[in-house]
Amino acid sequence: MHRGCFGIAQIKGDPVQQVEKVSDRVAERSVGGHAEVLRVESLSKSFSGNLALKSVNFDVRAGEVHALLGENGAGKSTLIQILAGVHKPTSGRIMFDGQQVDIQSVQHSRALGISAVFQEFSIAKSLTVEDNLYLGAEPKKGFWIDRRRQRAEARALLQNLGFALDVKAIAGELSRAEQQMVEIAKAFRTPPSILILDEPTASLTDAESQRLFELVRELKQRNVGIIYITHRMHEIEKLADRVTVLRDGAHIATLDKADAPNERLITLMIGREQSTLFPTIDSRPGKTLLEIRDLSAADFSFGGANLIARAGEVVGIAGLVGSGKSQLGRACFGALPVRSGTVQVDGKHVTNKTSRQILNQGLCYIPSDRAAEGLFAQHPIRQNISISSLLMPRLSSKGLLKRGRERPFVKDVIDQLEVRPTNMEAAAGRLSGGNQQKVMIGRYIARGAQVYIFDEPTVGVDVGARHAIYQQIKGLCAKGCAVVLISSDLPEVLNLSSRIYVMHRGDIIGEGVAADLDEERLLSLMFGH
Amino acid sequence: MVAAANSSINGTPTRKHGMLRTLLAAGVLPWLVALAVCFFSIGSDAFLTQQNLLNLVRQASYLTLVSIGQFLVIITAGLDLSVGVMLAICSVVAATVMSYWPDGLAGSIWLVIGFGCLAAMGAALIIGIVNGIGIAVLNVNPFMMTLAMSSIGFGIALMMTGGVPVYGIPSAFSDVFGFGTALGIPTPILVTIGFIALVHFLLQHMHVGRYLYAIGSNPRAASLSGINVAFYTFLAYSLCALLASVAALLLTARLESGEANLGASMPLQSIAACVVGGVSLTGGVGKLRDVVLGAIFITLVQNGLNLMGMDSYVQMVVIGCLLVLAIVFDNLRRRLELSA
Repeated sequence: MHRGCFGIAQIKGDPVQQVEKVSDRVAERSVGGHAEVLRVESLSKSFSGNLALKSVNFDVRAGEVHALLGENGAGKSTLIQILAGVHKPTSGRIMFDGQQVDIQSVQHSRALGISAVFQEFSIAKSLTVEDNLYLGAEPKKGFWIDRRRQRAEARALLQNLGFALDVKAIAGELSRAEQQMVEIAKAFRTPPSILILDEPTASLTDAESQRLFELVRELKQRNVGIIYITHRMHEIEKLADRVTVLRDGAHIATLDKADAPNERLITLMIGREQSTLFPTIDSRPGKTLLEIRDLSAADFSFGGANLIARAGEVVGIAGLVGSGKSQLGRACFGALPVRSGTVQVDGKHVTNKTSRQILNQGLCYIPSDRAAEGLFAQHPIRQNISISSLLMPRLSSKGLLKRGRERPFVKDVIDQLEVRPTNMEAAAGRLSGGNQQKVMIGRYIARGAQVYIFDEPTVGVDVGARHAIYQQIKGLCAKGCAVVLISSDLPEVLNLSSRIYVMHRGDIIGEGVAADLDEERLLSLMFGH
Repeated sequence: MVAAANSSINGTPTRKHGMLRTLLAAGVLPWLVALAVCFFSIGSDAFLTQQNLLNLVRQASYLTLVSIGQFLVIITAGLDLSVGVMLAICSVVAATVMSYWPDGLAGSIWLVIGFGCLAAMGAALIIGIVNGIGIAVLNVNPFMMTLAMSSIGFGIALMMTGGVPVYGIPSAFSDVFGFGTALGIPTPILVTIGFIALVHFLLQHMHVGRYLYAIGSNPRAASLSGINVAFYTFLAYSLCALLASVAALLLTARLESGEANLGASMPLQSIAACVVGGVSLTGGVGKLRDVVLGAIFITLVQNGLNLMGMDSYVQMVVIGCLLVLAIVFDNLRRRLELSA
């Protein structure tokens, strides 16, 4: 894929790298020496006639990390939900420790020793960490909860896993990574023999991800079989012993990691040759379209920011979670109050105007959290795409909608972004993550703007959708728009941007030409070195 | 996770579920209506007569008007508990103004009637505007805001009248809007059909409808899509008030007096009409047609029970039960859809 996807471990410190090597050796031995724990044979699952899983074979050995790879909708979620007891298979066998099992429920699956940590957390946010850990399985003393024992057991559990969490902390006040730790600890309340991790790093910072990787390696040494789902190739490179690729619900291949270079995996996953994920974007900067001067947020999430973006270029903003990069984008769009400073779009002041007014001035911000801020989940794709364009002359005149024009308008967007399904009356909430993202981006592209601010445009998105989104960014740039790309995905920022601003703790601490930067340099800037 | 867990409750799809799905596809309401019609035609000979059915639709028109107003608010994930008190205030204001000039103004009784109607609509609109400002601008919870407004409004209506009905409404007003007919159809029905058409137009042929649905579905996404969320939320409460005031005027004409106790059951019944019609209380989902059908259904049940000699206390129990049943059925339908 990209030269430097190997991530942080090589760059940051030798100790980590050594750990990695050691654990690799251990892993090799364990894969050779340990028995298969779980085997799935010709497993199929249909939802009202649609085959979501077609006769899939899959197995997990003790002490290995088995990565499950596939685009959204490839059947990964269905497979792990069957293993976790959420769904029951339509046909096929599941063998656990050599015995055929018929997994009845989530509880049954857990009792067998299969624990799953799903992308969506199931944490009671108002309860403490210890209450969450023992929710539904509280140690009892007669009729009452034995709080002392619960606390002692919770502490022991966390210590055993090496998590530095306060058992008395309120779960909702923890960082995303810490909540993830709570989820994992919950999975370890009864020691599992199979652990399923569904995109565990999707919303973690790099440092937090590192901690998770260490944990995964520790678990391997304890002979836990791990099913690891991810979209990020460098995680597979770092962690996986074997990789199984699914596509359209079918089993495509299971490979030892050594036989599976990234290029090959991507090709298997998307079913076509893909010489490169990132398009080459020609930067031909024209006039300044976005100018931010001394901008400070009212909530102090960033301050004194200066930035310009010109027509026909992609400008990256890199930074860790909490660096204020996302807030900077939001402030430009009127979604976050500004304390001081100015934002100009094509020479016109838009500081502290409403999102509606700023959109009319030609700037749009495409949020990172599509569920919370992007989609109208119950509404059809059609309405999701057209909502921002309803008042444009093309779709309405004098307050009346030209309803006949809407479908062709939306169809153009669906074709351009390759949204699947193409049926525009399908509810947006039922699409795969990648297609939801395309619908949200399509809304703003259809609306038309001069300045596009993308906030983490490819989080939780499969390779195919990523490719489509990058092509859109390239297209916008070629059309003479200014694109600002806010991202914590280093290869993405480095490959797409011509210039990169780096933010650290609310300040823009550097600006550079992307060609002069590599991941190592960029990362050390992001950490403030 | 939740969705997955929900669908797992239903397990694997079977033929039985397939049949149930077909039955519930159009919603539970048409079946309820059919069931109720069968039940009441057996229970009372007078039920299936042309006279009674026309009467039933006329009675339903008042609730329909209030319900489609309530519907506009519920789509935005709001709630208006003050619709009842709007009816009361409108009725009292209209009657007071109209009875002030018993001999007409400048020789015309219709000038007085027009003046009274405008004053009544203005009074309702004030409540709607205050609701709108409180909820859309000051971010007061809709439930609390409209509950408080209904206490305030009821207090004012009682202060104005001392609890005594206001008489002296021009008979021309009652003759036309209370008891009048055109082409054999009672005026309230015609007026209501007109407003249903207007709201349909607003929802389907103007951006306003899309915006209201979008706000109810995801207010943050609506705002980032360039929608002025506060303005359209405000608009929903104001439109609801206007529709309630039309219902109030029609009812006042029928009763020939201004009543401070008018509409006490309207908040519950209008919400019930929406919910029975499959409108989601969490916002963003619902059809106008089904709300109208919901209002007719509720009136139909009341009418049938009346004919069977049940008193209004029994009716209250029945309406409450139907509301809960409707929600249970709706949840069942949604679960089946999820597992589809």
